[in-house]
Amino acid sequence: MAPGGLPPVFENWFASRGWQAHPHQLDMLTRADAPCLLLIAPTGGGKTMAGFLPSLVDLAEKGHDGLHTLYISPLKALAADIKRNLRTPVEEMGLSIRIEDRTGDTSQTRKKAQRVDPPHILLTTPESLALLTSYEDAPRMFRGLKRVIVDEIHALAESKRGDQLMLALARLQTLCPDLRRVGLSATVDDPKAIANLLARHPDPCDILLADPGPDADISMLETEEPPPWSGGGAGYAIPAVMDQIRQHNTTLIFHNTRAQAEIFFHNLWLANEDSLPIGIHHGSLDRQQRERVEAAMVRGDLRAIVCTGSLDLGIDWGDVDLVIQVGAPKNVKRLVQRIGRANHRYNAPSKALLVPANRFEVIECVAALQAVRDHDLDGETHGPGPRDVLCQHILLAAASGPFRADDLFKEMTSAGAFATLLRDQFDACLDFCATGGYALRAYDRWQRLVQTPEGLWQLRDPRAAARIRMNAGTIQDTDTLKVRLKRARGGRPLGEVEEGFAASLSPGDTFLIGGKIVRYEGLREMTVEVSRNASKKPKIATFMGTKFSTSTQLSQRILRLFQHQDWPELPQHTADWLNLQRDLSRLPQSDRLLVESFPRDGRENLCIYGFAGRNAQQTLGLLLTKRMEDMGLAPMGFVATDYATLIWGLDAVTDPSSLFDADVLRDGLDGWLAGNALMKRTFRGVATIAGLIERNTPSARKNGREATFSSDILYDTLLKYDPDHLMMQITREEAMRGLVDFARIEEMLARVDGRIDLVGLDHVTPLAAPLFLEVGKVRIDGDAEERLLAEESADVMREAGLQP
Amino acid sequence: MNGVPFTLAGAQLIALGSGALWWEDRNILCVSDLHLGKSERTARRGGPSLPPYETRDTLTRLESDLRLTNAGTIICLGDSFDDRAAAEALPEQDRLWVSRLQAGRRWVWIEGNHDPGPIDLGGSHLAELPLPPLSFRHIAKPGKSGEISGHYHPKVQVQTRLRTISRPAFLFDSDRVILPAFGTYTGGLRSTDEALTKLMRPEARAIVTGQTPRLVAMAR
Repeated sequence: MAPGGLPPVFENWFASRGWQAHPHQLDMLTRADAPCLLLIAPTGGGKTMAGFLPSLVDLAEKGHDGLHTLYISPLKALAADIKRNLRTPVEEMGLSIRIEDRTGDTSQTRKKAQRVDPPHILLTTPESLALLTSYEDAPRMFRGLKRVIVDEIHALAESKRGDQLMLALARLQTLCPDLRRVGLSATVDDPKAIANLLARHPDPCDILLADPGPDADISMLETEEPPPWSGGGAGYAIPAVMDQIRQHNTTLIFHNTRAQAEIFFHNLWLANEDSLPIGIHHGSLDRQQRERVEAAMVRGDLRAIVCTGSLDLGIDWGDVDLVIQVGAPKNVKRLVQRIGRANHRYNAPSKALLVPANRFEVIECVAALQAVRDHDLDGETHGPGPRDVLCQHILLAAASGPFRADDLFKEMTSAGAFATLLRDQFDACLDFCATGGYALRAYDRWQRLVQTPEGLWQLRDPRAAARIRMNAGTIQDTDTLKVRLKRARGGRPLGEVEEGFAASLSPGDTFLIGGKIVRYEGLREMTVEVSRNASKKPKIATFMGTKFSTSTQLSQRILRLFQHQDWPELPQHTADWLNLQRDLSRLPQSDRLLVESFPRDGRENLCIYGFAGRNAQQTLGLLLTKRMEDMGLAPMGFVATDYATLIWGLDAVTDPSSLFDADVLRDGLDGWLAGNALMKRTFRGVATIAGLIERNTPSARKNGREATFSSDILYDTLLKYDPDHLMMQITREEAMRGLVDFARIEEMLARVDGRIDLVGLDHVTPLAAPLFLEVGKVRIDGDAEERLLAEESADVMREAGLQP
Repeated sequence: MNGVPFTLAGAQLIALGSGALWWEDRNILCVSDLHLGKSERTARRGGPSLPPYETRDTLTRLESDLRLTNAGTIICLGDSFDDRAAAEALPEQDRLWVSRLQAGRRWVWIEGNHDPGPIDLGGSHLAELPLPPLSFRHIAKPGKSGEISGHYHPKVQVQTRLRTISRPAFLFDSDRVILPAFGTYTGGLRSTDEALTKLMRPEARAIVTGQTPRLVAMAR
């Protein structure tokens, strides 16, 4: 065998399949000894095989006692899928390699057995790995571990799950100093940033770039009927999508939210005259249901599958020849990764269609298509590692046994994201874990660590380890309730809905789940009981899925598109709309801020085209309405989209420049916004990850409403009595991104630099009109209420013959 | 004073925006349903543990009304404590605060359904307090007149030109007034509830609490 070449048994297996190893797969083998290696390959490029090849060859040639390779994927389903796909070649080559997965779905018995007698290759998720490292027997279980493979690392790198994973890897590296790290990533804008996260700091990490393959064949779906002015359902496109399904073998239909996927699936079935086999797959569905769909998909039994991000990542779906993205993609990188799901034959172009859900999304889709053609991916910088994750990891470390602060600090700062962590920041986290922090010192429940006379930190009460493990993880799911058919006990679960949605239901209401309409019967303990219902019009499930903000880069493309003289690339109806806006008002520009003011329905409206993304526009709405309240303009409410915020109230704004003062807005963020629900939600996430709030207790799972109540009050208390508490510092840091996304407001103000155009009109404008149809309006209770009550009261007084 | 005046059984009363009732001629301030120690009771009964700051909030608002009116008598119309144990578990700091508020004035605790027995804090404990032409009790009794009570935590919905506004409110007619709850974190019962529509005369009106209290119709 040539150095780095394939051993004969592998060579023969590839040949028996009529395959040839890809160059990057062989490269991975050649560089098997690199301490850290990142492979960037397009979907369908045999990435996973490339990652496992060095492990399989090593195991085949040398054998191994105990755990050899740890594989981590962001999805449970992916781990299961890899297990299937890996066992086949291993069995066909007659290798004696034991491969098992371990996720939240693995049975307790199986998990126990794995700790005693680990397989050669263990496939798991960041959460399961974090738990594994928290057991006292972790050193024994991981003894001899040689390689770790992080799959779809680009997806993990965007969230706290990645930060948690890297801390767990730092722990593993302490246990197994010679551990080699491999990262597998889809095409990204900044491979170096991901390499820095993956490597043990300050080790280097080589990057292998696989041939990206041919460009995708991607276009916008043409329909006879134009898309509606607002909404996200894309129901208008059902007949055209049905046609596409008929013309292709297997079509994946991606949606941005679960609710939209449900509605679309339902409508697709109503239009499915040929009864084609079509399935649905999203994260709210029960596991068994999902697995059934996955199995049918692998067998090639389905012609189409309606799905969400739960199918985003590298699961091998066999013969998919078309991907349809319904709704604007929001983010070019994710779009490219989704498109890659079609056509798993490497070196053949993937075919994809975009379906805008409303008129504005037509523009966004066209901009995204251009970005894909230009290979212009959007990136977000990964800030320093979040300290709430660090706190959780300190507690997990304590659960595994006593530790020295110096050692743990050294270990944690070897994770790339935490390399810049200062010692006093670490000490503050440690102090928080030990005492709860200054304001909470008096409470016993937060006194969790003590220092032994030898200077070792350990759990004050060893029984706390179980509670810490129960609350491990960084995924902040919206609180959901299981939905079951009302029948004998333990009726089949259909899936889950958000608690808030369940609370809004009255017996007799109907809603969609798993593509079926069900009737709400009642709430029993923590389960929503339903019965089958044959009605045609459901009350819609509002389980959220994720609402992404349109990326900065895509927003900028749209603004540039507006500046074109005409728009041959846009459908006529959309070009007409933009022309009308240009005639009646103006089109927004990148270096100016367009603000429109007009009356409607007895209220004054202000529309701000900030193009800063949904979350930032939402925050802008909160900050501006507060300013307007202070100025006596009596705002009554607002609504935000990715491109604009619409505010309505009793009085019109005449001087916008005073509203958009960056310093004043920043003061609003620190001062007034501190009391806002968004900050409270941010705090809740932070406090839960850091272990201040325990969502799971041995007795019962805390329900969402109770958790909200106590976390809100904790927040108010800290805000009042200890505003610099560690949890408050982290909350403010988070506010710059995510839900609050103040960083994008600052970026918008910087690019506009005071150039604000207030256009006063006597009626609503073409671009603003769809905003009135948007859902998610936020109501302001302030001076407007006082004035409206005063009007009403005056009437009552007059009726009573009194002087108002 | 920022209040809405009205007459009950010949007595001139003022409904304050805070939810307190001011009887200026007798120098009496009346508040209802303080529910002090609510967080303590919630935690004791297996609910979430909340820092006990709602008691401070309620007392702060009460102190501000006392300063405003300089009342010589204060009548707490029952459910002053979330329950007996909550009264006993009141932190020392809060007890001292109550004592400070009690200094130099008459303090009457009317018994409520949450706090039936006497409690170990200064002031007198009464089942009811007749002060002709008015009488003070926790729960309204049908058929009485000149009656001041609480218990229901009433709130009203006001249909204005542009939106519906819901606020805790006083309900009053020629026979009685029902006070809104003064305590922090206390829910409310809509004026459209049968318990309230049966009790109040058809011509009853409401005074919404808030920045500026205002007379409105009692929604039915």
